Amino acid sequence: MSAPSANTGQNRIPGKGRLSPARTVSFTWDGKRLGAMEGDTLASALIANGIHLAGRSFKYHRPRGILSGGAEEPNALATIARDAVRMQPNIRAPMQEVFDGMIATSQNRWPSLAFDIGAVNDWMGRFLSAGFYYKTFMWPKSFWKNVYEPFIRQAAGLGSAPKEADPDRYANRFAHCDVLVVGAGPAGLSAALGAARDGKRVIICDENAQAGGHLRADATARISGKPGYEWAQSVVAELSANANVTVLPRTTAFGYYSHNMVALVEQVTDHLARPAADLPRERLWQVRAAKVVLATGAIERHLVFADNDRPGIMLASAAQLMLNHYGVIPGRKIGVYTACDSAWNAAFDFRQAGVDIVAIIDCRKDVPSSLLAKANDLGIPVKTGHAVVKTSGRLRIKSMTVEPVDGTASTKYEIDSLLMSGGWTPSVHLFSQSRGKLDWDEAGGRFLPGIGAEDCTSVGACNGTLTLADAIREGAMATGGPGPEVDEEATMAGFLLGAAKGAGPEDFVKAFVDYQNDVTAKDIRLAVKEGFRSIEHVKRYTTTGMATDQGKMSNLHGLAIAAHALGNDIPSVGHTTFRSPYTPVTFGTIVNHAKGDLFDPTRRTPMHGWAQGQGAMFEDVGQWKRAWYFPRGGETMKEAVDRECLAVRNAAGIFDASTLGKIEVVGPDAVKFMNLMYTNPWDKLEPGRCRYGIMLREDGFIYDDGVIGRLADDRFHVTTTTGGAARVMNMMEDYLQTEFPQWNVWLTSISEQWAVIAVQGPKAREIIEPFVEGIDLEAMPHMSIREGRFCGVPTRLMRVSFTGEAGYEINVPADHGRAVWEAIWERGEPMGLTPYGTEAMHVLRAEKGFIIVGQDTDGTVTPDDAGVAWAIGKNKADFVGIRGLKRPDLIAPGRKQLVGLKTADPKVVLEEGAQIVETPGASIPAPMIGHVTSSYWSANCGRSIAMALVKDGRAKAGQTLYVPMANETIAVEVTGTVFFDEEGARVNG
Amino acid sequence: MLLIHCPYCERELPELEFRQSGEAHIARPADWNAVSDEDFEKFFFIRDNRKGVVFERWRHVHGCGRFFNAARHSVSDKFIRTYKAGEAKPELAPGEVEAVTPKGRGTPANEPVRQNGEGNAA
Repeated sequence: MSAPSANTGQNRIPGKGRLSPARTVSFTWDGKRLGAMEGDTLASALIANGIHLAGRSFKYHRPRGILSGGAEEPNALATIARDAVRMQPNIRAPMQEVFDGMIATSQNRWPSLAFDIGAVNDWMGRFLSAGFYYKTFMWPKSFWKNVYEPFIRQAAGLGSAPKEADPDRYANRFAHCDVLVVGAGPAGLSAALGAARDGKRVIICDENAQAGGHLRADATARISGKPGYEWAQSVVAELSANANVTVLPRTTAFGYYSHNMVALVEQVTDHLARPAADLPRERLWQVRAAKVVLATGAIERHLVFADNDRPGIMLASAAQLMLNHYGVIPGRKIGVYTACDSAWNAAFDFRQAGVDIVAIIDCRKDVPSSLLAKANDLGIPVKTGHAVVKTSGRLRIKSMTVEPVDGTASTKYEIDSLLMSGGWTPSVHLFSQSRGKLDWDEAGGRFLPGIGAEDCTSVGACNGTLTLADAIREGAMATGGPGPEVDEEATMAGFLLGAAKGAGPEDFVKAFVDYQNDVTAKDIRLAVKEGFRSIEHVKRYTTTGMATDQGKMSNLHGLAIAAHALGNDIPSVGHTTFRSPYTPVTFGTIVNHAKGDLFDPTRRTPMHGWAQGQGAMFEDVGQWKRAWYFPRGGETMKEAVDRECLAVRNAAGIFDASTLGKIEVVGPDAVKFMNLMYTNPWDKLEPGRCRYGIMLREDGFIYDDGVIGRLADDRFHVTTTTGGAARVMNMMEDYLQTEFPQWNVWLTSISEQWAVIAVQGPKAREIIEPFVEGIDLEAMPHMSIREGRFCGVPTRLMRVSFTGEAGYEINVPADHGRAVWEAIWERGEPMGLTPYGTEAMHVLRAEKGFIIVGQDTDGTVTPDDAGVAWAIGKNKADFVGIRGLKRPDLIAPGRKQLVGLKTADPKVVLEEGAQIVETPGASIPAPMIGHVTSSYWSANCGRSIAMALVKDGRAKAGQTLYVPMANETIAVEVTGTVFFDEEGARVNG
Repeated sequence: MLLIHCPYCERELPELEFRQSGEAHIARPADWNAVSDEDFEKFFFIRDNRKGVVFERWRHVHGCGRFFNAARHSVSDKFIRTYKAGEAKPELAPGEVEAVTPKGRGTPANEPVRQNGEGNAA
């Protein structure tokens, strides 16, 4: 035996494994530089370098080693960084490929991995039993916020989240195929091959870098005359060469949704030292498959025995993978503790590689004679019907103590690593996510796929198949092929579920069921003893299976121990629900492109740029950016809004109302349709006139409002609220298509066709007059609409007012919006024209008592409540909401009505949303009789104004009510809702 | 994510293009004077929400914009069929319902692959 290559670790066996010693990389582990071979995982590289201690456990801070060789890893979680910004915590060491320059850091330890102060929790374990959060942090109540929660936040979680924004890019792809194969192990490859040769469009994905599944860990199987692993690579080569096939390595199927929709996440760059700049870090695949073949394999379970968590203890299959794929050995004196045949084969491989197998301990009394014979041939000591009842070694296992399963004579073995196997748990996660039913297989001690809910087939180990030949045949059967010849004797038969000897109810030991959340067999029994019966409750109380590994290794053990403690069998206890994602998925992948500017579309009006140029502040209204106010020369918001409000009433203001929803209702039955959709009567509205309309839902509550102009007998120009445009259009379409399809009416959304410029105030007419062609402005009364030309372009000119001033809303084609606006501005500015924003618009309308649907109403307000019952056509036989309005509760006395409020101190501005009471200083809880819906400082009134919904509000006019706030109680007088120009003379100019 | 057949576009398209719009075949009364409070409660508030075949409304909101109806099994999420608004509530053949109902044990459809009978057991 020649000396192993020193720079890639002392635990390499020359000639073993499939990595090339010629290709090495280096990385750091907790700051220390280590060598590895290209293709190593962090797990294999650490073990090669003699490092087993890879992390500290969550609750007890116990030293933990690398346990597994795959996605199920509960212990060895590390923070992987490429640079100061690109870092991610909680990466499972067996899944992270080492790249040159990788920075890996252990987690959940302070100050260092070998000496961790939190380990004191281990000695205090009796105080940290099942449900310890619930028991410990109950009282005193005030401690929760300042003591317990900060402590738990500090202690909980394994790694730390990155502090900087993620600079990486994530991609998204939709894909369709005839057959999606999940898992590129023997069964999956064989299924994909059959489908591909049949000319099908195939996608095959596997979470690992190399295809082969368990064949990666294998050294003896032969398929089609080739070594198993080589066969797998030859299949991948054939599939990759087929234009109909997409082969996706490093790709995890994490969610199985309705109608055969499967979500995959492909890791594109996390294994590369210098990824090309144009590559996304990860790619989300949303695959719709005609048929899904699940070949997700099985996960080896650990054994539940005392101190089963020391570094150096690992799954037999993981050790076998280390040896046969990476050429790495976990130790030189290896013990094996198993209940399953497959661990024997791992032991044989090690022995044949020249490693000392101290003993194979099998808790089964009956073991296949072929295994016993081979162990004998290889000179491996064997103890069947025995169990490991104790281990020693603080940072690394030093010994195991073995007893007969039904005896007490103990033997101690010096070892430096221990391989274990409790049998294999079929990975039925995706099958169960697809709502397929699971069957309990008593003989095999496992749940198997039962009746499927989607068009999918489970093949291979995830279907409970125990031999390679059967797995390959099943895969081939799923897609119709005969499958290749297989020569392999190994099986995965044999298992132990629940606690092993020495970890029973009477044993006061820590035998871990769930490594990651530090749940022991004792914790589960305690939960049952404390009265938890449902497995879902036991799970949440003990937190077993709730860590980032989602209990891939532990759930079945936990279930068996709970069932035993309950005195029940496993099928009647049932299993917890399998939910996506199968393994943790980054927020980057889920959020994908939908962040920053792409999170939601931004809608800008044609005049947006002008407002920007004037230094406007903007507010978001739905997806719209609306000019909020236009500060000048260092004005505060209040100063700007006061100035804008005064300018509108004293000269004129110009306002961008383009965001208003606009719908054109056209057709011979248009008036019928308007009569249906709005409470108002429309028959007598003459062409050229406008009316304020109210729209209800069938339940009688206000849904939307707006001014509607009749352009012709058969044509209405309907405006809606900015936020309500889409839902109003939807509701109109709904009635038209489904209730009255016989009506001849067409609906067109014209919101974005017309820019709307409101010019309001005493000088409005003078300002716009020269621009108007073909319309007699003088003859246009309040609430009228005319078509003509404005500034040379077509217009729908409306004389309407949301300010109470004489004013116009000038609709011009959106493309001309800015030019028209600028023309008006050029003329109007010297005349005192002032741009005003949405805040001033709100104040001005409140001064006039005009409601805003959604602010002064909340979906439980009727027209009468809002003081606009006059808008209901009294003689109409039908409109949406007509019957709802007559419901007993809507006509009962005592409803909340919209009123005005004036504070006793005019300088005090109420808070919107503040509650209103009748008696000041009433004992808590004081009956609340209403709340403030709108409240502003009104520069025009020289005082604050507010509107509120108050129980029996109109009858309370003149009364004093009270608004209790944190530091004071504010007295208010109930008034009408009109605060300015009560007689309404100003709109007529 | 469901695949939905739009009866107007005559294409099967992803759910992203559609919006579910509540239960189907709830007739809006023509004569409101004859509608008691109890009738109104049934019309507006009470919904079937059953486990089994549901009749529901969809709108192809990001497509043709049309409303249509569907018969879907609320457990399996499988559609029996979609049909245009205004068409009568279809009479479903027992076979159609059975085809979308989740299978119980011992039914031939969707049975798992099992080799050699019990041959997989340890």
